[in-house]
Amino acid sequence: MKRHTAARALALGAFTATAALALAGCGQGFDDGGSTGEGGGDDSGLTILIGSSGDAETDAVTEAVAAWSEESGTPAEVTVASDLNQQLSQGFAAGDPPDLFYLSTEALAGYAANGSLQAYGDDLENKDDFYPSLVENFTYEDQFYCAPKDFSTLALIINKGLWDAAGLTEADIPTTWDELASVAQTLTKDGVVGLGYGWEWQRLGTFMAQAGGGLVEDGEPIANSQENVDALTYVQDQMAAGTFAYAQDLGAGWGGEAFGKQLSAMTIEGNWIQGAMANDYPDVEYIVAELPEGPAGKGTLQFTNCWGMAADSSNQEAALDLVQYLTSTEQQLAFSQAFGVMPSIQSAAEQWKTDNPDLAAFIAGADYAQGIPTYEGTADVITDFNSQLQGLKDGDPQQILDTVQSNLEAIVG
Amino acid sequence: MTATVTAPRRGRTSGSGIRRGEALAGWIFTAPVIVILGIFLFIPVLMALWVSVSDWGGRGSPFSGNVNFVGLENYASVTTGEGLTARDFGTAMRNNTWYVILVVPLQTALSLFLALLVNGAILRGRGFFRTAFYFPSVTASVAITVLWLFLFNPRGPVNAFLALVGITGPNWFADPRGIFHVVLSGLGVREGPSVLTGNGFLAVSWWNWGAGPSIAMSAFILMAIFTTSGTFMLLFLAALQNIGPEIQEAAMVDGANAWQRFWRVTLPQLKPALFTVLTLGLIGCWQVFDQIYTGTKGQPAKTTLTPAYLSYDAGFLDQNWGQGAAIAFILFGIIVLFTILQRWVLRERPVSRRRARQYELPARPATASPATIASRQVPAPPDPAQTPGGADDLGKGARS
Repeated sequence: MKRHTAARALALGAFTATAALALAGCGQGFDDGGSTGEGGGDDSGLTILIGSSGDAETDAVTEAVAAWSEESGTPAEVTVASDLNQQLSQGFAAGDPPDLFYLSTEALAGYAANGSLQAYGDDLENKDDFYPSLVENFTYEDQFYCAPKDFSTLALIINKGLWDAAGLTEADIPTTWDELASVAQTLTKDGVVGLGYGWEWQRLGTFMAQAGGGLVEDGEPIANSQENVDALTYVQDQMAAGTFAYAQDLGAGWGGEAFGKQLSAMTIEGNWIQGAMANDYPDVEYIVAELPEGPAGKGTLQFTNCWGMAADSSNQEAALDLVQYLTSTEQQLAFSQAFGVMPSIQSAAEQWKTDNPDLAAFIAGADYAQGIPTYEGTADVITDFNSQLQGLKDGDPQQILDTVQSNLEAIVG
Repeated sequence: MTATVTAPRRGRTSGSGIRRGEALAGWIFTAPVIVILGIFLFIPVLMALWVSVSDWGGRGSPFSGNVNFVGLENYASVTTGEGLTARDFGTAMRNNTWYVILVVPLQTALSLFLALLVNGAILRGRGFFRTAFYFPSVTASVAITVLWLFLFNPRGPVNAFLALVGITGPNWFADPRGIFHVVLSGLGVREGPSVLTGNGFLAVSWWNWGAGPSIAMSAFILMAIFTTSGTFMLLFLAALQNIGPEIQEAAMVDGANAWQRFWRVTLPQLKPALFTVLTLGLIGCWQVFDQIYTGTKGQPAKTTLTPAYLSYDAGFLDQNWGQGAAIAFILFGIIVLFTILQRWVLRERPVSRRRARQYELPARPATASPATIASRQVPAPPDPAQTPGGADDLGKGARS
């Protein structure tokens, strides 16, 4: 009996020891992030995680970072994420995040709230050069978190071939909602719809902005204001008439695809449309115009990413220096040339306009564009709004906006 | 394994003799599996359980000092109230419930049907069909999803085929209308009675629970049936080949027609296989994720949102790790519950008196029908020497 017990005890001991070792190994991965300077990469190098739109962007960023490395003597490595959000989450949970990374406006609040981000905006030397609306996009609880790396706005994209074929001229480019409705009607024929756009707030929100509405104004949710109801009602009426349509209803994944396949003669898209058209539909000629004015004047939406810095980064000084290098006028113009984005700093705007005369409408939008509100949970509210907009055809705008309003009230304030 | 070896010894001897040390050897041999399962399965599950009752925000270790225990708060926020989180969870449950209700019975029936087909002696080229039916199961679900998006494109092959027979196909993956609501609105009913629209469960009104799967979800349902029925066909096929032909012959001698032979003889013997198929089907259906992640991400109008995807979304995209883990554990609870329920429904029951009376044939009181006796016996593997037909069958199956 005794020997047997001893054998069992030995076996149990061996098992416990193995398990403990394994656990210790496992635990190490989790804890080393807590103590700074151990797991987050040593002082010598920086890691940069980007979500790239393609080779052009990857090459441009890699090149710029390499140039900075040479200048500063700090090694830096650029990694392209296959799923940026997931890889960032894993990095933060493991306590081993990249030092710098692309960060979207929607993701800002979540990471800022759990303390993953370093708020370095006020330390930037070129802080005052950024567009104020972009700074607002990366301000969470009154702190300017990160430097906007570039931005895009939405504009009206017109198919030149179909436009000319319908007998329309440059003078007919719509500047009001009524004109937009009438040219859309002219262009709607032979299986082509006048205006096609994605079924989401990220496109329809332009109409809300033009009507004088929006989601949040001065810290107060205004989703169910009369202006927004008017905007959605206008869109709904045009869709009922068949002159406006969701790209998804036309059988395309997004507005640009419907436009490129000539399922719609016009679309509402951002700067990225150039890349898509050049790659996928090189034969389609197009004009970029400012979106028409609504009852309250001009309005559009802007989208931007920033250079997020991890609070766990061990070499924040070098990281800040790299951000300043990457957001400098010269570097932003180089990025713009490489992959078509617009510089986030005002001092580069004039040069950009000269370089891209055909795309001036995009940068003109910077003056009146609205951004995504930065409250924790905004992304969910917008997802829910989008899911309801997908049923707008049979829906009641007031009812949809009331739901959005109550969802916003739950997260704002 | 070790338990069965050591248990009798403990009472009999004091561990001396040639069997000494067996227990140790047993532990050593099983240790790798225990360690691997522990590290990669058991411990992560316990960690996730902790996360589901904590306020961990996704930064650093969930076991560090500044993470607090919040009780069932995360569970409450997804299951109670009228907020966005609760509504999303309710919608996801609604979608997945319809998915399960439609996929599980249909895939089981279809796979059984396919197994009967390729098991039959009449069909030519059985080997080819077995491979063909099984093929979708070995293809990656991501690849199938992409194929499906292409097939069900509004201008894609499916709608082109429907147009040939004069039907205007829907815009499959962009149509958020529930199929029952489509039928009802066809009959002129657009608004539900206030009893249904005013009350609900999990922040979703009964009227919306009754909407049925959306047209987009229906496409996923078709896909699930298409891809999984091949796997389950194999399970049924294995079970069918274990049933000797003599039982069928005995039933035929008793005058049972094909339908009766299937319901009264074959099906009861497939019960273990049926249990496996239903359990695997239920588990797979409640965990549907890849299709949603690659296909629609919950769109249109959240009608393809599933709890598994919602759990991912809450954690990785919104940094609400506690809620994400809570959803995963609720899902775990549902799966366990359904498996127990189904085990209870399919349990072995003694023949009821009513059923037994059917077999009491007044004309031949001495002998019970051979079919009934046979059907209650545990099926034995067919003996090649006695049943050349059966052996031939197996041989062909193995060759193809």
